[in-house]
Amino acid sequence: MIAPPKPDLVTVNIDGKEIAVPKGTNAIEAARLVGVDVPYYCYHPKLTIVGNCRMCLIEIGMPAVDPATKAPIMDPATGKQKINWIPRPQIGCATNASPGLHIRTQTPQIKDCREGVMEFLLVNHPLDCPICDQAGECKLQEQSTGYGRGYSRYIEQKNVKPKRTQLGPRVMLDDERCILCSRCIRFSKEIAKDDVLGFIDRGSYSTLTCYPGKKLENNYSLNTVDICPVGALTSTDFRFKMRVWFLKQTNSIDTESSVGANTVVWSREGQIYRITPRQNDGVNDTWMADSGRELYKQVKADTRLVSTTLDGRAAPLDAALKAAADLLAAGSVAVVGSGRSSVEEQFLTKKLAAALKAPAYLVSRVGEGDQLLISADKNPNIRGALVTGLIATLPAAKLAELAAHIDAGRIKTVVSVGEDLAVAGLTAAQLAKVAVVYLGTHANATSAAARVVIPTLTVFEKGGTFVNQQFRLQKFAKAVPGPAGATDDLAVLAKLAKVAATDLASVWTLLAAEVPALGTMSFANIPDTGLLLDATPFAGLPFVEGESLHYQPAAKVAATA
Amino acid sequence: MASAISSSMNLKPATLTRIDELITHYPVKRSAVLMLLHAIQEDVGFISNEAIEWVAAKLELQPINVYEVVTFYPMFRQKPIGRRHIKVCRTLSCALLGGYKTCATFEQEFNTHRGEISPDGEVTIEFVECLASCGTAPVVMIDDDLHENVDGAKAKKLSDQIKAEASARR
Ligand code: SF4
Ligand code: FES
Ligand code: FES
Repeated sequence: MIAPPKPDLVTVNIDGKEIAVPKGTNAIEAARLVGVDVPYYCYHPKLTIVGNCRMCLIEIGMPAVDPATKAPIMDPATGKQKINWIPRPQIGCATNASPGLHIRTQTPQIKDCREGVMEFLLVNHPLDCPICDQAGECKLQEQSTGYGRGYSRYIEQKNVKPKRTQLGPRVMLDDERCILCSRCIRFSKEIAKDDVLGFIDRGSYSTLTCYPGKKLENNYSLNTVDICPVGALTSTDFRFKMRVWFLKQTNSIDTESSVGANTVVWSREGQIYRITPRQNDGVNDTWMADSGRELYKQVKADTRLVSTTLDGRAAPLDAALKAAADLLAAGSVAVVGSGRSSVEEQFLTKKLAAALKAPAYLVSRVGEGDQLLISADKNPNIRGALVTGLIATLPAAKLAELAAHIDAGRIKTVVSVGEDLAVAGLTAAQLAKVAVVYLGTHANATSAAARVVIPTLTVFEKGGTFVNQQFRLQKFAKAVPGPAGATDDLAVLAKLAKVAATDLASVWTLLAAEVPALGTMSFANIPDTGLLLDATPFAGLPFVEGESLHYQPAAKVAATA
Repeated sequence: MASAISSSMNLKPATLTRIDELITHYPVKRSAVLMLLHAIQEDVGFISNEAIEWVAAKLELQPINVYEVVTFYPMFRQKPIGRRHIKVCRTLSCALLGGYKTCATFEQEFNTHRGEISPDGEVTIEFVECLASCGTAPVVMIDDDLHENVDGAKAKKLSDQIKAEASARR
């Protein structure tokens, strides 16, 4: 890999502090680097800059030079080069760092500007924070506290605008709260490529709206809710359910495809209320698909498996594990692992297959990619199975070889780690011919046909890692406890494989020892933004993913190199 | 698709030619949006959603982009109006010299309210801001013609003229 060229650094002075920043960094970001807060609404680091809220006003100046000789003009009072300050404030979001740029954010003029902008923004704001979902994560709330004048001089009537406009199936708009920053419009146009939002009746009655007859219904619509700095856009799913300050935030990974968008799971007292994207500039920037935000609903689904069963009857875990061990001991076993399992689980699945000298299979799930944050590979962790050595080639959608083995009577017991064998191509007759040990979270044809069913945990109820399409090892943490009756997949697999390691830390000791690619790592050391593994051993494999955000398929990279 | 919409808007062939010519005036197509809207309003009297979508397709924009422009300018109408557009000035000079009464006279004469089409279909009356003829206030524009010093009596006279023309046509 060629190291990216060192960005051009320029030195700027912010409130008296000097800092070197890449050329072109805007004043807001530069100030952030020296710990100075420049408040803003319309600016968003991943969208174009429009400069329409005026909250980010700053004073700027440049070192003075003699126009004729270009010699620096010195200030006799300080002995330093004089700074020519521009008398009028400028917007920080559109001021880019250039050599010698001086910025002041704490002058009386800037204080006045911020108070003025806040006052105008609040003129028509309904101030309905007590019933507003955004309360607690509202920039308008925060910045009126931080930069507002603290009391209102406004005694006139406020504008009345539509309070409940359903922009699309998942997004609700309160036009009175909208501060007209246009972030949602720019997101729809620039990122989601679905230009349906706009301001109409510009003036005192400017109103955000969707073009008549169209809807904001693309699979990224909820990102507008995330970036709306106020409570104008709310999620129909989350609206009025819970105050955000009661919620615990847990880092997780979107499992809907091999993109592995970074997420935050918001929960309280064991219940998940919403999933939002977590910034990772190497993977998903600040976005995620709407579909991934609904995945928490599987936790409380009616089909959730919550009791261990043996031959269809509830049984204690010990008895089920004993029955499973007996089946495995009898031989002629096949193991069906999963591209949805974590790296750690796949590793133990591999150990199980190795201990039994059983063939190990995986099931592929290929669908449509959207070229943004959903890839064609609907398994979040096929690459984990490659890295751990559970599989050596890419899996197929159907278990044809296993089916043939069953027909021939060579396989008598199948262990399935969460895969529905019926969907994977086994017929009811084939399922009936074998004893199935099923480890999984939800009921399906396979759990119904299984001799032994051991309920396990969803991604929200355990910790682990996935390897995404970029071969980036990313970890997820436990957000909520699993339901009574479910057991951690790792514990069950360890028991069946007769391995002593039953928790993440101890599995990682084994992983580091046995998987060369992970040799130097421990679970605790994986950064929150993930760790890129060496993909070269797998470069020849025909991965199904096409191009998406921050990802180029290997073939394409080779072609352009 | 664009042509299918244009046929249901019934743009005159001359308008279509003019539109194609107007687009060539600008370095980027989207800049022609205002001129296209004017041309369409001149031809069919108002800007329908169909027209918005047609213009968007024509200029390679999204309909919302055109819709934003249409709603910004009060001169673009999204509904049909009467045969004539009576614009009564209500800015200071005209207001002081009886513009509101002039407007009320027109409303009475045509049995209608501001912003509506009169029952006989002849007029739509609206208030507008300063017509830049403050010295001869109150002033009124009927379509493209300016009428000065329009007091109640003159408003009545203008109304009678319109009605006479209407019955002559019938
Ligand atoms: S709805 Fe929110 S994001 Fe959209 S313009 Fe209004 S304040 Fe900005
Ligand atoms: S952030 Fe809105 S104008 Fe700069
Ligand atoms: S105020 Fe009526 S024309 Fe100026």
